[in-house]
Amino acid sequence: MSLLDTHIGFMEALRSAGLSVSLAEGLDAISALEKVHWHDRETVRAAYAATLVKRQPQRVTFDAVFDIYYPRLIGSGVAGEDAVPGEGVRDSGPELDRFREALAEALAAGDRQALQDLAVEAVARFGAMPGRGPGLSSWSAYTSLQRVSPSELMDRLVQGLLAGGLDEAQAQRAAGRRVGDFTRMVEGDARRRIAEEKGPEHVADVTVRPTIDRLDFTAARRSDLDEMRREIYPLARRLAARLTKEQHAQRRGPLDVRRTVRASIATGGVPLTTHHKPKRPHRTDLVVLCDVSGSVASFAQFTLLLVYALREAFGGVRAFTFVDDVVEVSDRFRPGADVVEVMEGLAASISHAALWGRTNYGRALTRFAEDHPDAIGPRSSLLVLGDARSNYSDLALPVLADLAGRARHAWWLNPEHPRHWGTGDSAADRYGEVVPMTECRNLAQLGEFVHKIV
Amino acid sequence: MTSTWFESAADATARLRGVGYLTDEATALTAFLAGALEKPLLVEGPAGVGKTELAKAVARATGAELVRLQCYEGLDEARALYEWNYKKQLLRIQASRGDDSWSETHDDIFTEEFLLTRPLLSAIRRDTPTVLLVDEVDKTDVEVEGLLLEVLSDFQVTIPELGTVTATRRPFVVLTSNASRELSEAVKRRCLFLHLDYPDAERERAIVTSQVPGLDDKVAAQLVDVVVRLRELELKKAPSIAESVDWARTLIALEIGDLDEATVARTLGVVLKHASDQQRAIKELKLAVG
Repeated sequence: MSLLDTHIGFMEALRSAGLSVSLAEGLDAISALEKVHWHDRETVRAAYAATLVKRQPQRVTFDAVFDIYYPRLIGSGVAGEDAVPGEGVRDSGPELDRFREALAEALAAGDRQALQDLAVEAVARFGAMPGRGPGLSSWSAYTSLQRVSPSELMDRLVQGLLAGGLDEAQAQRAAGRRVGDFTRMVEGDARRRIAEEKGPEHVADVTVRPTIDRLDFTAARRSDLDEMRREIYPLARRLAARLTKEQHAQRRGPLDVRRTVRASIATGGVPLTTHHKPKRPHRTDLVVLCDVSGSVASFAQFTLLLVYALREAFGGVRAFTFVDDVVEVSDRFRPGADVVEVMEGLAASISHAALWGRTNYGRALTRFAEDHPDAIGPRSSLLVLGDARSNYSDLALPVLADLAGRARHAWWLNPEHPRHWGTGDSAADRYGEVVPMTECRNLAQLGEFVHKIV
Repeated sequence: MTSTWFESAADATARLRGVGYLTDEATALTAFLAGALEKPLLVEGPAGVGKTELAKAVARATGAELVRLQCYEGLDEARALYEWNYKKQLLRIQASRGDDSWSETHDDIFTEEFLLTRPLLSAIRRDTPTVLLVDEVDKTDVEVEGLLLEVLSDFQVTIPELGTVTATRRPFVVLTSNASRELSEAVKRRCLFLHLDYPDAERERAIVTSQVPGLDDKVAAQLVDVVVRLRELELKKAPSIAESVDWARTLIALEIGDLDEATVARTLGVVLKHASDQQRAIKELKLAVG
């Protein structure tokens, strides 16, 4: 494959991974590469990044695709060929012991280069799998990590670091970080080898994850959820900035005669600039009713956090959580409260929201209408969050219709893909007839929706 | 042409270091490319990691003059590009008292004398090396972005009464953004992009010691260690380099030679600006409140 082919393939892969890379930017990248030396892979990476990646969240995706198209080395590399002689068994007991010893040393020293070499060796030695056809082979990061199991070395590593003068918590953190790094290196190396066998296009399609703001709430892993939570405040800040700007643009009210005349004195009585009275922005009272049962809990938490982060844009916000009973959680969100504490408080309140622990929308809606009749009024808007999966129980459609009728606006946010609506025990289609239902699967969609309702 | 700015990435690193700005490789390379390709450089990142400082450092390192356009909401063409000094024009018309014919007056009042140049135009008209810093470009309205687009892609400005002004020497343009708003694709496409993030512990220590002379090496190491740990916490505003430097200055002013837990707890207000962040830090780092 020529250099140009690789470049074109790389552009294509970036586009299919969701980065909007234009032809002009591709040309920029080439002229940037002409100016730098090719001896260092990181230089090439930085030159590509400067010209192609225009949004920081996309950097992770970019790096993954770059590693596939411009691999660090081919096969086992120079170092690998020394370490893995052609004859004999690659994967044997003594070899494993020797390898783990080397790994423990490298981890203790925190030597990135050594770790990288070991990751290559780990995949070569322990991760080889027979391929689909004769003469083909494949590689598995999972198998290599199972054999090597770096997490078992954690304790030893922590002990070593403690002896080195770090305190307990610091040692734990450092050890966790190094083992995590090694795991990622092994995964990256397995990807690289598979790409070598099957061609980079194949791997880029399969293994590259979407950026964090396009990642589905329901498909998120624990670490993704943490990362998403960190994104909430920046997102709220961006939304708030956009809102003030838009309100500012519409704020030109009627002419303020007094100020205009006053200003015209400076220009000899000619009113060169006119002044206007500001318009008062309308603020809605928002009532949020969220399903916090296991399947959709994280989605509800994100939405609540975002709504509360934008509290100033609303007249007032009241939040209720339910599984099969309703609890008000408005007081958990004090101004300036700590995010982590709020999340803990919310998690605790889930136990109050469940009598039997099975989601029952009908019962929750009825209880809400009975216990908080004053919550919904002509000035307030109702926002329901949930997947509308009610375990085949009564749906209490009239109650919801009555609530929606009393409120100024009503919306329903559903974290499921529309193609799942109305399947199984989902009552999304039936509730959707009463209250307009919107799909909201990731942070980007959530941000758009919240912006729309403000 | 490349000699105006930097020869290579290594040259950029060395010269920026020479004026007290410690970069990492990616930053130096991108700065070099911005000069070599004559493309604007869009720098994004959290507040206080040295985005504005990068532009200033480039200006110092290359001996160029810095022209700064501070963006804010409501910034318009008249304050970014150029404006006719209409008060002076009015005076001129009144002073002539109708002695001149209209065409004479007209030719007379639209000349250089009555033109007020604003940062964008002055950066283009200068014939000595210039660094144009467009600060906090995300604060402006979309219309100004359109204006920037014209200026940044062709480096020329058309003034109806005077004609087109084209840059004799392209300035080194740095745009900074706090990402409070997504810039339009068109602006991003024309720029090189650089995301400045918190530095690693090694570089941060170097920055703090170079910015705050007289700081004990041991204290610097302790300080950077605490700051790194603070950044791992879930805070509303993680401390940035500017805050680390402020903290170091505070410690010098208080003549503290050892950063123990009680001192950290007492001076936490320098690095964390939210009450809830401070409480969280005290809890997570298990600080004794002294």
